[in-house]
Amino acid sequence: MSSAMSWLVILLAVINVVGVVWLLIVTAQKAPEDNDATATTGHAWDGDLVEYNKPLPRWWLWLFIGTVIFAIIYLVLYPGFGKYAGVLGWNQNSDHAAAVAVAEEKASTIMAQFDGKPLPALAADLKAQSIGRNVFANNCATCHGSDARGNPGFPNLADNDWIWGGAPENVLSSIVDGRTAVMPPLGAALGEQGVTDVTAYIRSLSGLSHDTRAAAAGGERYATLCIACHAADATGNPLLGAPNLADNIWLYGSDAATIAEGINYGRYGQMPAHGPIIGEQRARLVAAYVLHLSQQSGGASASAGGSR
Amino acid sequence: MPAATPKQDTYNDKIVRQFTVMAVVWGIVGMSIGVLLAAQLAWPVLNFDIPWLTYSRLRPLHTSAVIFAFGGSALFATSYYIVQRTCHVRLFSDRLAAFTFWGWQVVIVCCVITYPLGITQSKEYAEPEWWIDILITLVWVAYGVVFFGTIAKRKIKHIFVANWFFAAYIITIAVLHIINNLALPVSMTKSYIVYSGTVDAMVQWWYGHNAVGFFLTAAFLGMMYYFVPKQAGRPIYSYRLSVIHFWALISIYMWAGPHHLQYTALPDWVQSLGMVFSLILLAPSWGGMINGMMTLSGAWHKLRTDPILKFMIVSLSFYGMSTFEGPMMSIRTVNALSHYTDWTIGHVHSGALGWVAMITIGCIYSLWPKLVGRKEMWSIRLIDTHFWIMTVGIVIYTVSMWIAGLTQGLMWRAVNDDGTLTYAFVESLKATYPYYYARAFGGLLVVAGMWMMGWNMFKTWQQSKQWHEQPVLAVPEAPTAPATH
Repeated sequence: MSSAMSWLVILLAVINVVGVVWLLIVTAQKAPEDNDATATTGHAWDGDLVEYNKPLPRWWLWLFIGTVIFAIIYLVLYPGFGKYAGVLGWNQNSDHAAAVAVAEEKASTIMAQFDGKPLPALAADLKAQSIGRNVFANNCATCHGSDARGNPGFPNLADNDWIWGGAPENVLSSIVDGRTAVMPPLGAALGEQGVTDVTAYIRSLSGLSHDTRAAAAGGERYATLCIACHAADATGNPLLGAPNLADNIWLYGSDAATIAEGINYGRYGQMPAHGPIIGEQRARLVAAYVLHLSQQSGGASASAGGSR
Repeated sequence: MPAATPKQDTYNDKIVRQFTVMAVVWGIVGMSIGVLLAAQLAWPVLNFDIPWLTYSRLRPLHTSAVIFAFGGSALFATSYYIVQRTCHVRLFSDRLAAFTFWGWQVVIVCCVITYPLGITQSKEYAEPEWWIDILITLVWVAYGVVFFGTIAKRKIKHIFVANWFFAAYIITIAVLHIINNLALPVSMTKSYIVYSGTVDAMVQWWYGHNAVGFFLTAAFLGMMYYFVPKQAGRPIYSYRLSVIHFWALISIYMWAGPHHLQYTALPDWVQSLGMVFSLILLAPSWGGMINGMMTLSGAWHKLRTDPILKFMIVSLSFYGMSTFEGPMMSIRTVNALSHYTDWTIGHVHSGALGWVAMITIGCIYSLWPKLVGRKEMWSIRLIDTHFWIMTVGIVIYTVSMWIAGLTQGLMWRAVNDDGTLTYAFVESLKATYPYYYARAFGGLLVVAGMWMMGWNMFKTWQQSKQWHEQPVLAVPEAPTAPATH
C-alpha cells in the first residue's frame, strides 16, 4: 500500500468518525422544546403525523461515545490506520504461527515417547493406537472412511488384503511417499468381445457368476495381456500395486460393468504422499493404527468388508 | 355545487396495492422455498435427485425471493404510499411507476427461471446474470426518478424522516448494484466479473453488507417511521435522534463489510476497520429502535387489543437484538468461533424474519384496509394468531441455529493434546441434526402465518370488492398546534 493510499484511508476514517461525533454533540445540546413535554417540532404530515424532539437518551449517548473510544484504542493497538501496524504489532499470520507453535510444542512431547519404537510394537500400544486413530480421522478418513473400510477406488485398510504389501515398512512407505497405480486401458487391444471375455474370466476367479465359455476365452487373453502384472495365478504383484484378482476383494466393484470399465479405460489410483503433510512421527502412528486394524481382522483375507 | 368542483387529485394507490399483493405472494413463495431447503438439510433425500431442486440452486432463489421479491415489493409499495402521503402529492409519474412494477416482476421471474438452471454469477445476493442486472438497473433508475420526482414536487417544505431513509436506500442500492456487478459478458448465460481474488471478495462484501444496511435496514426503518406513529396514534419520539442516527447509520455502515472476511486473505487493517466500524454502528442502529419503541410509549395499553402494534414492537425488539448481535459477531475473537457456523444463519434470520418480515407484515396489515376502503382487516383474531405463530416460529428457528452454531464452532476448534482435531466434520454434522429438524419446524410455522395473512387479505378485499381511491390531502395552512396529552 502506498503512503498516499494509507493517508487516504486514515483521513476518510477520521473524517467520518469526527463528523458523526460532531453531529452527536450538536444534537445532544438542549433545545427550546426540552422544557415542554408535549411540544412537537411543528411539522405535520398526512394530517396527524407529528414529531416530538425529545433529548437523546443519555445512556444511548454514552454508549455511542464508548464505542468510539473503544475504536480509537483498538486502532492504536492493532493494525487499521492504513500502513500503521499498531502498538502491539499484531497480525493474523504471526497470531496463527504462534498458536501452531504452542500446539506443536505440546504435541511433540507426547509424540516423543514413540520415537524409535518399531511399528509392530506401536501397533500393540494402546496410546499409539489412540493417537494414530486421531491422525487417521483428521487426514485419511475423507477417502478411506472413518471406519477405514474404504470406498470404491479407496482400499479397505481394516482387512488383511494389501495391494502394495502389508509389511510394516510397506504400509509406512504408502503413507509417507504415496502410491501411484497404473492399470493401462486395454479396450483397444482386447476389443469389445475380448473385454467381455476377460471380465467373465476375472469373475470366475472369485467364484462369481459368469459365462463359462466366455471365461475360457478370457483366460487365454488374460495369459497374453494381463499376466505380466497380475501374475499367472492372478494373485497380483505388490511391487507394482497390481491387485490380487482371485480373492473376491474388489477395489472398484465386482459387478461385470465395473470390471469391464477398468479393463477398457484403465484405472489410475493415487494415494498422495502424506510425509510432507503430517510428517514422519504422525505417519508412523497412522501406520501402526492401520496395522492394528488389520491384525484385529484376524488375517481373514476375504473379509466381508472387502468384497463388493 | 358539485358540478362546479374541479376533479380532485387522488393518490396513485394502484401501484401500492399491486406491489403489496406481490409482496405477500413472493413472501409465501420465498419462505416456502426456505422451508424446503431447511428440510433438505435435515432430509437430503428431498432434493429428489433432480438437479434444479438441489440445495445449491434453490438457496440463492430463496434469498433473492425473500429479500428482493418479498422485501423489495414491500418497499416499493410502502415507499410509494408514504412518499405520496408525506409530500401531499400524487406520484411524479404513473407510467414510470407502472414500469417499476412490471420491470421488477420480470426481473424476479427471470431469476426464478435462471437460478434453478444454474445460470448465475455465483455472487451471493447478486446472482442474476448481466442482462438481468441491466434490467434491474433500468427499473432502479425509474424508481429513483419517481421517488425523487415526487419529493421535488412536494407541497410541504420539510421532508419527512421516512423519506430520508428511502432516499438513502435508493441512491446507495443503485451505486452498490452497479459497482458490484461490473462484468464482461461472453454469452447470455455467462459473464466474468471484472474483479479478481481478494478485491473481488471485498467488493462482494462491501455490496453484501450494505445490501443489509440499506435494503434491509434503512429502507425498513423508513417503513417503520411512518407506520409505527400512525398505528400507535402517537408523535415520533425524537426528531434529533432521527437526525443523528440517520447520518451516523448511513455513513458508518459503508465501512462494515470487511467483518464478513475476518481471518481471510484480506489485509489485517481492512479487517480491523470493518470490526471497529461495526461496533460504532451499534448506537446508530439502536437509535432507530429507541425512536420506534419510545413512539409507542404512552400507547402501551393498545398492545392488548392491537396485534398490528405487537408485530411492530416485536420487530423493533428483534431489530435491537440482531443489531447488537451483529457488532459482537464482528469482533475478531467472536468471529473466529461464529464464522462458517449456523450461528450466522440464526443471526441473519433474527434480522430477516424478526425485523424485516415482522415490520413488513405489521405495516401491510395497517395499509391493506386503507387500500380497499375498509376500517380494518377482516379478522383481527387471525392477525393475532399470525403474530403468535410467527413469533414462536422465529424463536424456534433462531434459538436452534444459535445452539447449532455454537456446537459446530466448539466442535470444529476442539483439539486433542496430540495436535489433532477432536472431531471429524461429519461428527459436527451429526450433532447438528436435531437443530435442523427444529429449524425446519420453526420455518414451517412462519410460512403457515404467511398463508393466514394471504387469506385475511383476500377476505378483507372480498368485503369491499373495490379499490379505494383516496384524494390528496390538502396541506394545513399553518403548522398544527403542539399535540397535548
